[in-house]
Amino acid sequence: MLTELRKSLIASIWFAFLTFPIMVIKVNSIEKTIQWRWMNVVYVMVGIFFLSMAFRFLLKQKEMRAGKEESGTEIKLSPIHQLINHPTYRVVFGAALLLFAVVYPFVFSTYQINIMTTALMYVVLGLGLNIVVGLAGLLDLGYVAFYAVGAYSYALLNHHFGLGFWAVLPIGGVLAAIFGILLGIPVLRLRGDYLAIVTLGFGEIIRLVLENWGEFSKGPSGISNIPRPGLFGIELSLNDAITYTYYLMVIFVVVTIFFVNRLQDSRLGRAWIALREDEIACQAMGIDKMKTKLIAFSLGAFWAGIIGVMFAAKTTFINPASFTFLESAMILSIVVLGGMGSIVGVILGALILILLPEYLRELSEYRMLAFGAALVAMMVFRPQGLISNVRRTYSINKDE
Amino acid sequence: MLMDFDYFRELFFSGLTRGAIYALIALGYTMVYGIIGLINFAHGEIYMIGAFTAFIAATIFSILGFPALAIIILAGVCAVIWSASYGYTIEKIAYKPLRHAPRLSPLISAIGMSIFLQNYVLLAQTSDFLPFPALIPDFDFMEPYAHIVGSTDVVILATTTVIMIILTFIIKYTKVGKAMRATAQDRTMATLVGINVNRIISATFIIGSSLAAVGGLLIASHIGQINFYIGFIAGIKAFTAAVLGGIGSIPGAVLGSVILGLTESFATGYVSSDYEDVFAFSLLVLILIFKPSGILGKADNQKV
Repeated sequence: MLTELRKSLIASIWFAFLTFPIMVIKVNSIEKTIQWRWMNVVYVMVGIFFLSMAFRFLLKQKEMRAGKEESGTEIKLSPIHQLINHPTYRVVFGAALLLFAVVYPFVFSTYQINIMTTALMYVVLGLGLNIVVGLAGLLDLGYVAFYAVGAYSYALLNHHFGLGFWAVLPIGGVLAAIFGILLGIPVLRLRGDYLAIVTLGFGEIIRLVLENWGEFSKGPSGISNIPRPGLFGIELSLNDAITYTYYLMVIFVVVTIFFVNRLQDSRLGRAWIALREDEIACQAMGIDKMKTKLIAFSLGAFWAGIIGVMFAAKTTFINPASFTFLESAMILSIVVLGGMGSIVGVILGALILILLPEYLRELSEYRMLAFGAALVAMMVFRPQGLISNVRRTYSINKDE
Repeated sequence: MLMDFDYFRELFFSGLTRGAIYALIALGYTMVYGIIGLINFAHGEIYMIGAFTAFIAATIFSILGFPALAIIILAGVCAVIWSASYGYTIEKIAYKPLRHAPRLSPLISAIGMSIFLQNYVLLAQTSDFLPFPALIPDFDFMEPYAHIVGSTDVVILATTTVIMIILTFIIKYTKVGKAMRATAQDRTMATLVGINVNRIISATFIIGSSLAAVGGLLIASHIGQINFYIGFIAGIKAFTAAVLGGIGSIPGAVLGSVILGLTESFATGYVSSDYEDVFAFSLLVLILIFKPSGILGKADNQKV
């Protein structure tokens, strides 16, 4: 116990030194003034003292868990897994959620509906990226590029040719998927970490082109007056349009969950998971590595494209600033936080990461700070995410 | 014709200077990759923190009335000390617990760390661009050549060259350097012959971060302004340079950086300055597609 305290004390002194220039001193080089913020030293030291204790405690716990798994002790399923694996409970649970989603607009204000629509969009984006990252194990850091392709295809096709939402929806998705294939063919041969950087570079290229090629995309000022989704030509008031968009999103989410769930259990889904675990073994089993990866990549892109169209229609205004790397990082955080490969996890992750900052407005400037810390903490302590994907295992009964 | 040649020469030197600074950052990437096989995504942030520390130190010392030469040296020392400490701490928190995790886990952790550090500086300092004082003085003896190459460029090129020579010496002849090379070749074997691998990895992070800090100081005083976001782009460009030269190879990182610096300089000079970053990213995508092992790198075949 005493050694623990001493270790924490050393850590807090170390961090006081480490954060000293950035946290304590603030200079103004023009007016030549120095501002000393000594209170921050105290905050840092107290904070780090407890954090370092928590850090070591959690690491120890993780090691113990790993030890248990190795010794073959039965690991109990978490309550949430028992809930979603049990057929009756699952139906009841799903129905209750759906009912809540349907009733939601009647209970809450337009503002709340808008936030929920955004959250649902991130649910679908998360599920789309989950195919690429969670199932196929391809780290895509430029996912937002496909989202941008969808959004811009709606904005531009509408602006130039007057195409409506429903006409562009599939076009946007397919265009994004084509971009996915075009990018995927050359880069999917690369190893995991290189792939991550190339996709990041691709995402940035798309954004920079949108920003600089003014004749094509109207540059940084963006495109405004994008029509909202139509409903058989009926004129909707603003409030009704928002509610309508919300319901559309609910349908999208349900359809996406259905598809992704079916995909996971399909031959293709199994191939993805196998590929994620061991590429060489996969090739030996006769799985076409390139084709399988390409399908994952383009399917993920397709979903991003669809949601891109939806995004443009919902906000009625888009500009390149909506499609930065941070957006990709946020979608990635959703997948990682929720649990790679786990549908329930990704949904929960999206709801937490999008809704929580909305309701904690005062803390909104700390949002990205918390995202970054959460990514590190999740990887260090709980790489499987909040709700881990249950691996299918077959147990052989030795008694027989 | 003469006019054109002057323009060419100007672009050439500005490209060379850029390349020298990229090299300082790229070396950190390449050394860390060589030893633990991780793309240290937070490396650009170390460089940014180095620039901020140098900025704070330089302002304080100039208020206290130190002479110009003392300011630049003291600012440099502060930047190196703190950047190295950050590098060391980041490795302990975000990468060490993930030594045996699947390949993607430390990468995601590194991305998280990078976002965290950016926002940490944003919140603790400012989101505005800060005017960075021109620390490097104009030398009198450079006056006749000022139209060809500025004093700053000369200082940057000279500093980088000296650092490269010292680094090569450390890696080739000192005990730490030999242990580093051994660890990069085979970590298990290095442990068997009595190398404290954890300490060597820490040392790698410390050296890499110090180089980035020097790069931060030099580039900030060259460009004249800094903000919390400079690390992201610089980090990716330095990574591009490292990959171009062959990641894991130290001469490769320098070569790649110079090529990248010159490419950027000529492309912005002759084609268009709007797409400055696009050239670097396109170069990155092209290299990774056609020659992922880089110019001086070893081909890395996956084996069972």
